[in-house]
Amino acid sequence: MKHIQTLETRNLCDSAKNGGCGECQTSCQSACKTSCGIANQQCENTTENK
Amino acid sequence: MIHQYKLGGLNIVLDICSGSVHVVDEVAYDIIAEFEQKSREELLAEIKIRYVGKDGITEEDVEECYDQVVSLKKSNKLFTPDTFAPMAGELKQKTGGVIKALCLHVAHTCNLNCSYCFASQGKYHGERAVMSFEVGKRALDFLIENSGTRRNLEVDFFGGEPLMNFDVVKELVAYARRVEKEKGKIFRFTLTTNGLQINDDVIEFANREMSNVVLSLDGRKEIHDRYRVDYAGNGSWERIVPKFQKLVEARGGKNYYMRGTFTHANPDFLKDIQTMLDLGFTELSMEPVVCAAGDPSELTADDLPIVLEQYEKLAELMIQRRREGRPFTFYHYMIDLSGGPCIYKRISGCGSGTEYMAVTPWGDLYPCHQFVGEEKFCLGNIWDGVTNTATQKDFASCNVYARPDCADCWAKLYCSGGCAANAYHATGSVRGVYEYGCKLFRKRMECAIMVAASERLNDPS
Repeated sequence: MKHIQTLETRNLCDSAKNGGCGECQTSCQSACKTSCGIANQQCENTTENK
Repeated sequence: MIHQYKLGGLNIVLDICSGSVHVVDEVAYDIIAEFEQKSREELLAEIKIRYVGKDGITEEDVEECYDQVVSLKKSNKLFTPDTFAPMAGELKQKTGGVIKALCLHVAHTCNLNCSYCFASQGKYHGERAVMSFEVGKRALDFLIENSGTRRNLEVDFFGGEPLMNFDVVKELVAYARRVEKEKGKIFRFTLTTNGLQINDDVIEFANREMSNVVLSLDGRKEIHDRYRVDYAGNGSWERIVPKFQKLVEARGGKNYYMRGTFTHANPDFLKDIQTMLDLGFTELSMEPVVCAAGDPSELTADDLPIVLEQYEKLAELMIQRRREGRPFTFYHYMIDLSGGPCIYKRISGCGSGTEYMAVTPWGDLYPCHQFVGEEKFCLGNIWDGVTNTATQKDFASCNVYARPDCADCWAKLYCSGGCAANAYHATGSVRGVYEYGCKLFRKRMECAIMVAASERLNDPS
């Protein structure tokens, strides 16, 4: 019986090893302009984001 | 840290520090809820009493489920400890002095007179002004000079109404395109406009040069025209909607947002989203109003449950329309579970005042567009650089672990501590939190993750 379905997600702990390139969007500026959240931003580091 | 909730018919468990998302049955949901408080024997006994015999669930099922939870914990997908605090200041420290985004206030003036405008009808509590080409060019040079090894530079043409200074916008883009290759940079421009001055020339230019356009429309005509009026008091809806439709159609799939504001007048903003959809727009953003406490447009405590319900209904509408082959995007529900931001980004907070600054028509620098006009936040100017280092330090030290109120919040790695301007206006400190905004944010995240989970489960491709 399958009780738990785990969705594929980026492992945040692993992202500590290769993250932090700083190329991603820096604020809400190119979008909503009034409420910053980072969940909807894209990672720009295509070589490391695996 | 675990956050679990039930929404859209799904039982969702988030393991905050690993970023894992689990969709679970009732047995697993209850085991996870009490896993850390009770012994195996104690918890199994309780869960068995609760579930064995129901829907064919056996004692073995319950034990197997418990073991799955143990296994997920061992593989760091449940109950992952929070070890990120020491890294919180690292990204901003590492990138200290690097600027990669500017908001160019090319026009501190506007052809609309919206009473709810956080920029006080485009004037930012100051004089009307437009940016000269010389100031704008210097701002772009300042950005290039201070961008270090960053390749992608973001520049937003903002106001007031930037199309009231369109010639300068065009000249600045032409200048940036002339120098970007030689400097090893890529400029990504955004234009935020109320639409009144959109014409064929603007459409051709925006669709050629702007990575994104943000188009201000509040939804229903009567809602839009309540605030978004010209100086004669006439609503703008009928004039701008055909222009927006023409621009979006010509945009050929390039990014845009139809950006609305909802206020105390329309906490039932889903009707406004529906209007946008009916008008043919599919890339949507609807923002809670930012205004002074006591302003008639301010969202109230009574509005809160209505707004939270609207977010849930919006999530349901997105799922329904996707199934019908008529999908649309809502900015705050965009979430890429497998490719979102790295942990450094998630803990270091908004780049305002460090990587990102706003430039006034006179060349003054502010931490972001929402601080323009608050003189004590002026950081310096585009000729001398940042001279108000004390204020910049304040922004540099803003991160999710610098905000005590965020410590126990499950959403902290999704919001990164939130908006410094919202925090300042609500609490007087850029390290405070705007609790009303937090409540909305948490609901939006629950909905966003539910929509993403629903998509994955029903359409794994």
